[in-house]
Amino acid sequence: MAKKEFYSFYPGCSSQPKASADNFLRSSNAMCDALGIKLKEIDDWNCCGASIGYAGGGEVPRLSLSARNIALSQQQNGDADIVAPCAACWIATREAQERVEHNPKVSAGINAALAEIGLKVESGKMPKARHMVEVLVEDIGLDTIAKGVTKPLEGVKIAGYVGCQTNRPFGIAGESFENPLYLDHMIEACGAQAVDKYEKKVACCSGALMFSEPEKGHALVKEIIEAAYDGGADMIVTPCQLCQMNVESYQSNINKTYGTKFNIPVVYYTQLIAVAYGKSAQEAALDGQIIRAGKLEDIANK
Amino acid sequence: MSDMNQAMVEKYRSNFLKEVEANVEEGTWVKMCMQCGVCSGSCPLGPHWEHPPQELFMMIRAGKREEVLSSSSMWMCTSCYNCIARCPRGLPITHIMHGLASYAKRLGLAPNRQPTKEFGQIFWDSIAKNGRVNELKIGVGLYFMNGFSQGIKNALAGRELGMAMMKSKRMNPMEYFGGHKCKDLSGIAKMLKKAEEFEAEHITKFGE
Amino acid sequence: MADMKIGAYICQGCGIGERLDTAQLASVAKREGKAAEAREHAFLCSAEGVKMIQDDIAAGVTHVVIAACSRRAKTEAFSFEGVAISRANLREGVIWVRPDTPEAAETTQEMADDYVRMACAEAKHMKIPSASGEQGLVRTILVVGGGISGMTAALEAAKTGYKVELVEKTGALGGVAAQMFKKYPDKAPYNVLADNTTGAMIDAVNANGNITVHLNTTVAKTEGAPGRFAVTLATESGASKEVTVGAIIQATGFTPYDITRLPELGGGKSPDVMDQLAFEQMVKANNGAIKKSDGSDAKNVVFVQCAGQRSDAEGHLPYCSGHCCMTSIKQARYVKEAGGDATVIFDDLRTPGADGEDVYRGGQEAGVTFSKGKVSAIEAAGKGLKVNYTDKILAEDTTIDADIVVLATGMVPASGPNPYLTQEIEAADKAGDTALAEKLKAEQASAPASILNLQYRQGTDVPHLKSGFTDSHFICFPYETRRTGIYTAGPVRRPMDAHQAMEDATGAALKAIQACENAALGRAAHPRSGDLSFPSFRKEGCTQCKRCTVECPFGAINEDEKGFPQYNESRCRRCGTCMGACPVRVISFENYSVETIGQQLKAVDMPDEFSEKPRLLVLACENDAYPALDMAGMTKQEYSAFARIIPVRCLGSVNTIWITDALNSGYDGVILLGCQKGDNYQCHFVKGSEMAHYRMSKIDDTLTQLNLEKERVQTYEVSIADIQRIPQIINDMEKLIGEIGMSPFKF
Repeated sequence: MAKKEFYSFYPGCSSQPKASADNFLRSSNAMCDALGIKLKEIDDWNCCGASIGYAGGGEVPRLSLSARNIALSQQQNGDADIVAPCAACWIATREAQERVEHNPKVSAGINAALAEIGLKVESGKMPKARHMVEVLVEDIGLDTIAKGVTKPLEGVKIAGYVGCQTNRPFGIAGESFENPLYLDHMIEACGAQAVDKYEKKVACCSGALMFSEPEKGHALVKEIIEAAYDGGADMIVTPCQLCQMNVESYQSNINKTYGTKFNIPVVYYTQLIAVAYGKSAQEAALDGQIIRAGKLEDIANK
Repeated sequence: MSDMNQAMVEKYRSNFLKEVEANVEEGTWVKMCMQCGVCSGSCPLGPHWEHPPQELFMMIRAGKREEVLSSSSMWMCTSCYNCIARCPRGLPITHIMHGLASYAKRLGLAPNRQPTKEFGQIFWDSIAKNGRVNELKIGVGLYFMNGFSQGIKNALAGRELGMAMMKSKRMNPMEYFGGHKCKDLSGIAKMLKKAEEFEAEHITKFGE
Repeated sequence: MADMKIGAYICQGCGIGERLDTAQLASVAKREGKAAEAREHAFLCSAEGVKMIQDDIAAGVTHVVIAACSRRAKTEAFSFEGVAISRANLREGVIWVRPDTPEAAETTQEMADDYVRMACAEAKHMKIPSASGEQGLVRTILVVGGGISGMTAALEAAKTGYKVELVEKTGALGGVAAQMFKKYPDKAPYNVLADNTTGAMIDAVNANGNITVHLNTTVAKTEGAPGRFAVTLATESGASKEVTVGAIIQATGFTPYDITRLPELGGGKSPDVMDQLAFEQMVKANNGAIKKSDGSDAKNVVFVQCAGQRSDAEGHLPYCSGHCCMTSIKQARYVKEAGGDATVIFDDLRTPGADGEDVYRGGQEAGVTFSKGKVSAIEAAGKGLKVNYTDKILAEDTTIDADIVVLATGMVPASGPNPYLTQEIEAADKAGDTALAEKLKAEQASAPASILNLQYRQGTDVPHLKSGFTDSHFICFPYETRRTGIYTAGPVRRPMDAHQAMEDATGAALKAIQACENAALGRAAHPRSGDLSFPSFRKEGCTQCKRCTVECPFGAINEDEKGFPQYNESRCRRCGTCMGACPVRVISFENYSVETIGQQLKAVDMPDEFSEKPRLLVLACENDAYPALDMAGMTKQEYSAFARIIPVRCLGSVNTIWITDALNSGYDGVILLGCQKGDNYQCHFVKGSEMAHYRMSKIDDTLTQLNLEKERVQTYEVSIADIQRIPQIINDMEKLIGEIGMSPFKF
């Protein structure tokens, strides 16, 4: 698939300026600039409800949120693919589309709600909802990305942590749920070395339960980090904003509870590509790390 | 027939299953579970479930309404979708768990002060109010979820993280006094109100 | 054989030429093997090489010795009409199992020399087999049983132009299948219920010109052999009729396990506790309505799976009957369709196959409740029933009320009496095992009437494998029984559902046709398909000891009035168990005899006691052990250069004289390699391996007489997959000889 003229961009709550994935947003902008990906942000997009919204809103209110985004995208950007960089935004949008297509009752409810603001969604007529990673893998191609690298990330060993929602239930076409390989290939495309057989590649970081059940969440993250160290990783890379936050920012808490000495950087794939394409450390938002990725900064500053 | 016998007759008569099918998100799939247990074995929080998903499905079929709806089990779902990916019968287990939790909460049967339930409500309220999540307000809300003094303790414990987030420009203290929000807030409110009305109209009454 | 002329052909291809001195092999063939011609060829299986052999045959060669690859390789190239052929295995048996080193060269060459000597000795004692012409081609098949299996077999055979005599003991065709209310469709989608089409099948049978239906009829007598069975049919009225058939299919089906043997589950205690067949009949009689015995509507029906089956309890069936889960799901759907509630209590729900999974889903979609549990008791409660059980998912004891309980009892095969009972009772009496003898006598007293009334030395009916089922080996030889030319199909062979029974019957029909055609040509059935050789015996030497007639696994040998064995060529599977059994060694095949093996082992060059070159004789079953040895060669597993391997048709054909001869000739060790014996046997001839083990257990006396250690003779059960283990067994024997010393019997 060739690169589209432009994509209808749905950044999501965490990828807003000075929100928790501010560093994602900045590095993503640098990456898109390097790769020539053009994004048109959906004006006045709203939150997808994320994986925790069910506790407050029922099925129809929750899915109406995503339906509003779909309808707005269509209104503003026509048939252009909706691209979300956040797994939760992506799957919530896709799930809303699936229910509209397969569940007449829910579809009726959603459209009744949308009618209040003069919008509608129709089965079979909605634009495609895609993950940013799909654009890289399917539309541009990892081989093409590898060819444009100017500063290969030589000597850096990285554990590719795919996590849950980028991988399930939809995943990237052609990848297995148990051992998806695209992130490893992306690491290698940037000239770094991927940890072979990273045991916790698709393990759960506890998602939103990190906030409500922190002890249980810490226990899961501990294993994800341990496996990365076991694989000899210098850092962890992830495509998911919540994974990044959970795995990076609780390391000192985990160290306190378990007596560990974790201090491993957790970066985004967008940061790898930005650096490999010669962007500065600041453009790649390396200053946005709580645990600084020294090896990447060194390469960026070379 | 004694009350006890009456209860026995009702057992396995699928009334609760019918209720779940009518009112719970993706509830029509519950009857298709074949009790293999792959979901339970695949769950990252598996050991923390009082009743793992396949057991909940069996309890639904056995008519154990109160036990199921008042259980903390489905609140353990991290939405990792591993059960969905692996279920040989293709049950949308994650969604059913969300649906059961949501339905239990709607009926007022969900456990009191269940932290995920409380947090989810704070999260939802934030969306409903601003159209977008205000991460800082959610965080503060979360700290004070279990009362003021616990909240202070939590806030102190989380201070280090908060500082780190601010230092890395990933949290803005000014968010608390405004921050990210949608423009058409009244439209979103109207939409959600309508959606909630629709849902309330389509709940089928059972039991009582 | 005055004009016997041996031609030996030595291949140099596949590395044989580089590793071995083929000129020396040719010279061995000529000087020691007495070959008239001995030719080397660079590529013997090429058109040119084959033509060289053909030219020699045209010029008078009658016995061909191929010294090349294994007898299992290049069988098409080395297939010559009208001559006897022996093979020396120089490739898989020599160069591929020996290291290519200068030190090993001498013993490797000695190995090859010996195999050429052996092949020449074998050829010298082979005759060219030819069919006896004992029977002509009879294109008629007898089918016993008019249920869905029997009717399918009849229709399938009829389609090929064969005539069928279809015998049914009741007054109507259709059997159990005809009593079904509905069935599962035989093509996708499987998750719906379809109308019972057995009626249409009955019509098709009645309308088929190739099928003669005999109702109210039984088989009074069966004589003869495949290709010439003479069968007497008896009707209820007392009339009888003779028919001649080429092969027989027994499709006598099953009876449900007796529900009254399950009183704890309410069997026989309440009319509303019934087995699946009774429930089916009730629903059919009511055209879909579910009625209790008192005529009222049943709202709640509970199905209890594995009732009296898959159980170790005394009197229960130890096996799974295969169809019951699917049947209960179907019947539960009758209940749902009638507006009632249905619960299936199962331990393991078994719905095999892609269609089975659809059936299970279909039941779930229809709202049938499935509960994993174990029922402890079913008792009357008011006007209804109460099922007490342990819910295994919720881990609690619970109770469910029911109007009707259906017990999924198993299938009991409707086979004839066990023909070996008398023999087994005699053996038990002889062994002093009175308990076993009593048990067997009780079984004999309650045995069913004979179905086939075979006039065989070994009893009136097809032997049972396990639990009364008539199979011979469910993987290797489906439909085959231990009576050649008699096939069983459907639930009498193993538990199965109607779809499987129809497939089974189709297979059995084709096997029956094959049996007719083979018999007409004098060829063996499986596993030596096409073999024309056939055992004969020297009457003057026979002592009428009856061992051959008793030990033949296939009942092929009867006795004449004077007590001499009476062979029936087409019943014989050519295993040679009779040859192994014969104490006076009067039984032989044209191309496989006491001599063809005995002379081979004697042809081996025997180095003296002080040479440090022991000789190990390996008698390897050609079905599993020999292919495993070939594969050991293909994968370059090394084994001792002192082993001399001779393939045998079955370990059952090994006559103890060969062991005695080998020890007397100076062999230091003897290894017998056969298939797994016992209840889960893998012997292609059922009892051959077991017989060999039994006979070898008696060889110790011989060893003691010779003052030899008994470890020098060892018998193993091996499988075709033992390609590492068998070389190890051989190497261990070499090591053992190193420890206990060489045989003193070397000349």
